[in-house]
This record gives sequence, structure tokens and C-alpha cells, in this order.
Amino acid sequence: MADPKGAPSRGSTGAAIGEKHAANLLFVLPYLLVLLVLLLIPLGLGIWLSFQDYDMLGGWNGGVGLDNFRNLLDDSIFPGAVRNTVVFVLITTPAFVGLGLFLALALNDSLRRSAVLRTVFFGSSVLSVTIVTLIWRLVYLPDRGLAADILGLVGLHGFDPVTSETWALPAIAVVTVWWIIGLPMTLFLAALQQIPAELYEAAALDHASRLTTLRNITLPSIRRTIAVVAVIEIVLQFQLFGQALLITGGGPNNHSRPIVQFIYEAGFRDLQLGFAAAASQVLFALMLLAALGQMWLSRRGEN
Amino acid sequence: MANLSLRQVSKRFGHVEVLRDLSLEIPAGEFAVFLGPSGCGKSTLLRIVAGLEAPTSGEVHLGAERIDTMSPGDRGVAMVFQHYALYPHMTVRQNMAFGLQNIGTPPEEITRKISEAAAMLEIAHLLDRKPGQLSGGQRQRVAIGRAIVKQPKAFLFDEPLSNLDAALRSRTRIELARLHQRMQTTMVFVTHDQVEAMTMATRIVVMNQGRIEQVGTPMEVYQQPDTRFVAGFVGTPAMNFLPVARVEERAGRAVACLPDGTEIATTVPVGHLPSGDLTLGIRAEHIVPGDGAEARVVVIERLGERTLIYADLRDGSTVVYDEPGDVRLDIGQPVRLAFDGAAVHLFGPDGMTLRG
Repeated sequence: MADPKGAPSRGSTGAAIGEKHAANLLFVLPYLLVLLVLLLIPLGLGIWLSFQDYDMLGGWNGGVGLDNFRNLLDDSIFPGAVRNTVVFVLITTPAFVGLGLFLALALNDSLRRSAVLRTVFFGSSVLSVTIVTLIWRLVYLPDRGLAADILGLVGLHGFDPVTSETWALPAIAVVTVWWIIGLPMTLFLAALQQIPAELYEAAALDHASRLTTLRNITLPSIRRTIAVVAVIEIVLQFQLFGQALLITGGGPNNHSRPIVQFIYEAGFRDLQLGFAAAASQVLFALMLLAALGQMWLSRRGEN
Repeated sequence: MANLSLRQVSKRFGHVEVLRDLSLEIPAGEFAVFLGPSGCGKSTLLRIVAGLEAPTSGEVHLGAERIDTMSPGDRGVAMVFQHYALYPHMTVRQNMAFGLQNIGTPPEEITRKISEAAAMLEIAHLLDRKPGQLSGGQRQRVAIGRAIVKQPKAFLFDEPLSNLDAALRSRTRIELARLHQRMQTTMVFVTHDQVEAMTMATRIVVMNQGRIEQVGTPMEVYQQPDTRFVAGFVGTPAMNFLPVARVEERAGRAVACLPDGTEIATTVPVGHLPSGDLTLGIRAEHIVPGDGAEARVVVIERLGERTLIYADLRDGSTVVYDEPGDVRLDIGQPVRLAFDGAAVHLFGPDGMTLRG
């Protein structure tokens, strides 16, 4: 070779790629910083805290191993809070998937009426939890509320879900579904609009009825979105807090107290940060397990 | 096998009239090709036959039945779509079986029909794959197979070759022509590609702006175009169109005089000529070097077996003509061109062909 500098050798190419990598790091650095400061460090800190005796007033009193977790098991309220939260997720997640899909199917056209209804159904999602619970406390007013009026029409008098051990949690579930049904509906609408019209035309020529088309064309085409909506809702609904706090305050008799409210009360009312952090880790583990389980189920369905 | 009959079909989308009072008879067993530019209404017409669009007025009959009032599945037609429209989550076998299952065909009969069609189309080894695992050509065959198993009275093809590469397209063209010979079923094929129309059609239906311009065999449409539009749309290269400066009479026939002074004796009787500006049309193969108009070569397109020469006449209008593949010519070189008067077409101011 006449000019060795002009010809790229293997070593110089490697160095060039290495330099490029260093430069690329600059582009992801802002994101990495945010991830580190707002997510990874608090996560690590939370896990560390859950093994400590840390009181907001008394300060740090050293590590206590698994004591915080043992105390959670023996707690008079925590197991009930876990049960409430799991029941709440089991009620709301299928409702979000089923109702969201139903609304999306019903409103998936270019009519003006559907556009208005899509806006209406999404509209409540922009309200804050305070407004939503204010509205629904009026709806749930015993004797004078909308719910009591409607149930009175069919002869069910004296309905007061907020003070009923049986109906408090389902009542909060109804509020939650009403509040944020817009997101699953929008996700399903987006998925439905991705299905090529030609597929439906081919199905029409293949003599498929509406039900057959829904079962064999539409649902398989949006299977991934169904899984995504389910996982999103599982993760979101495990974090139930505001609605329960503002409608029932966790009552009656702790029958609607969710895990996050328990964490809030342990940490910021009773000031036992280590104990609250341990409850947070349990919630984290539950969410992770449920989301993984859902993903595993939908993968298995695909194969 | 059934004849397809369109009777005064019109279609309007809002204020836009896509098809205007269109009537057409396609005899049983014919391979009819709807040919026309984008937006001429040919696909809409096919979709009306399939039942995917409803006509604004008019009737569609297939065999003895009126089908425009039936649902798509009841019409006895099968369609091959432009983008194949295979169900992505089903295997090839399930794709082909779906339509048969929906009408309650016994499983053993479905299996038999699928194996027959798969053998005919050489896709037996693909039956357990999903569409995503197939090449464009294979998907095309599956789409055709899905149509075949239904044993329809008529096949409808909506530009099914437009997504294939050039080599595969010409191969599929031949296969479709053979399939038609073997099945002898009525087939309606929509395309904007005049080569597809010329090579496959029993008859070509040339459409423009929602109307039928001409119906005829490929050679009829090529040699005796009814309108200037047909003359220009069918054939490669496109027919040369030259303005006629004035017309003279010789032995009762029109002699067209071009702006550059060239005189071309046509076979059109002079008595039939309308008033107004006429246009002369002549195909590249009917212009030969010889004693005639003076011209200058501007572009040379070598296609291998032949060469297309674009030359400017003295008045600046350009004509294209054929030369053998190995012709020796240069840009700017002067040539003299003779026009074959017997093969010339004259078009009236309304675009209609003038005939004797």
C-alpha cells in the first residue's frame, strides 16, 4: 500500500467505532440521568429502607433484617389491604378491557355522532381525582343521590354503597372505570383502525357473519393491544389511592383500604418509613408478578 | 360458469359521479379486463360486482340471478385483492378453509378442495405457514387459491399483479392465462397496465372517467381504437398524435396535410369528416424511414430487439418510430420519414375516430 494512512486498518476502524460510542452516550445521557435520579436511586433507596428501622421522628435505628416484612404479615390491616387491592384489580381490569373494547367497536366509524361520543367518553379522563370523587359522592348520596334514585325506581331503597362493607370497593371500581375508560378505548380504537379494510371485505366475501368476523378477524388482529391494555390497567389499578381515600377513606371497617393508602398512612401519618417501604416492596412485587403473569398468558395464547 | 351482465349501473359518491349509466355483457367463460387510468371507476365497478359497494342505480346479474341486492358472500363470486387481504393470523390452510367453513362445508370436502387447489398452484408445501412467512408471489398464489376453493361462478381480480416485481408479474400473467384456460370460468380483471390487458384478455373494456370507451378483443382495441383516448392509452410507445392543418380530397378520400407541409393520403372517406380541428394518429411501427417528412433525431431509446427513435418534424412536433435494434443513428441527425397512410387514424374534435 502506497499510503498506509489513507487505508483504514482494522485497528483504526475499531477506534473510530469506540469514539462514536462515546459520542452517542452524550445523546442518551439526559435520559440516563433522569432514569437514575428519579427511578433507580429511589428504587434502591426504597429497597434498602425496607430492611431498616427508620422513623421520621426518631431517625435511623439500624438494620432490622426482615422484621418489617414479618410485621406486615402480623399487621391487623395490611393483609386486608392486599386482599382489597387484588379484588379491585380483578374487578376493574376485565371491565377496562371489556368495556373499552366494546366502546371502541361501537364508536369505530367516521360518523359525527361517534366523534362526539368518543370525546365524551374520553372527557372524564382529564378530570382530577378530587373532581371525580366530588361528583361521585353526590351520585352515591343515600336517599338523594342519582344511584339511590335509579335503584329506588326498581324498588331497591336505602342503597348506601359508601357505608356498605360489601359495596364500598365495587362502588370505587365503578368510579374508576367511569373516570379513565378513555385510555383503553383510545388504545383499542387505534388498534382497530390499523386493521386493513380489505380484511373485512375478504371476510364479507367469505360469507363471515358479524360474530364470526369479530371472533376470527377483529379480535386476533388486536390481540397484542388487548394484552397491552390489560398490563397497563393491572399496573395502574394496583396503585389505587385517591378515589378510595376521598370516597370511603378506606372504610367501612377497612373494607376498601388499598395498599397505597396503607403505605401512605404508615409512612406519613405514623411516620414509620421503614415499615411503609416494606409495604411498598410487597406492592411492587405484586404488580410485577401480575403483569408478568398477564404477559405470559397472552404469549401462550399467541402460540 | 355464468355470464355477467351490468345494466345501466351508476355510482355516485356525494356529488362525484364515478360511474355513469354503464351497461356491459360479459359472456360466460370470458376473461374480461377492465383497463383504464387511475380514478376511471374500474375498481369501483368491480367492487359493485363483488358487493363491496352498492350501485346508486342499475342492476348486476350473474347467470340467471340478479346479484346487486345480495350480500357479498351470497353472490357466487370470489375476489383476489390488490394487497392479497390474507388473514395474517391464520395459516394458508385456514385462510383457504375460512370461506368454506362459514357456509358449513363438511371438513373432508374442505380438505379435498384445499389439496386440489394447492396442487394446482404448487403451494402444497406452504399450507401450514402464515402469510407473514411467504414471499409476495407466494401470497399471491394463496390469494388465488382462496378464491379457487370456493368454486365461484366468477373470479374478480383487483390489480393483483401491481405489487409483484417485473419478472414475477410476467410469470404470474402467464399462469393466470393458463388457469383461465383450464378452469374456463368467467374472470374479470382490473388493471391500469395495458400489457396485462393485452396479454390476458379475451376482451378488453377500456374505461375513462366513469364511462366505457371501447369493448373489444386486444387486437381490435389496438388496431381499431374507437376514440383518441383508447388509441393513446393502449400500445407502447403511445400512438403519435399530430394536428391536421387542412384536409384535401383525392378520389373521395381525405388527404391530411400536417403543419410542416407533409401530405398523408388516408383511407377515410372525405364525406364523413366533421368540421373543426382534426387530429391524425399513427403508431410508431407505421412510420418508416423513406421519402417523406424531414425530421431530426432528438432521443434514441434502445430496447434491445428494437430501437425507438424520437424525431422532431420541421414544425417542432415530435414523433416516435421504430428502427431495428442495431440501427446506427446519432442525436441531431436528419432523417426522412414516410407515414403509412393506410394505417393512419383520424380523430374528430370530439375525440371520436373517423371511419369510412
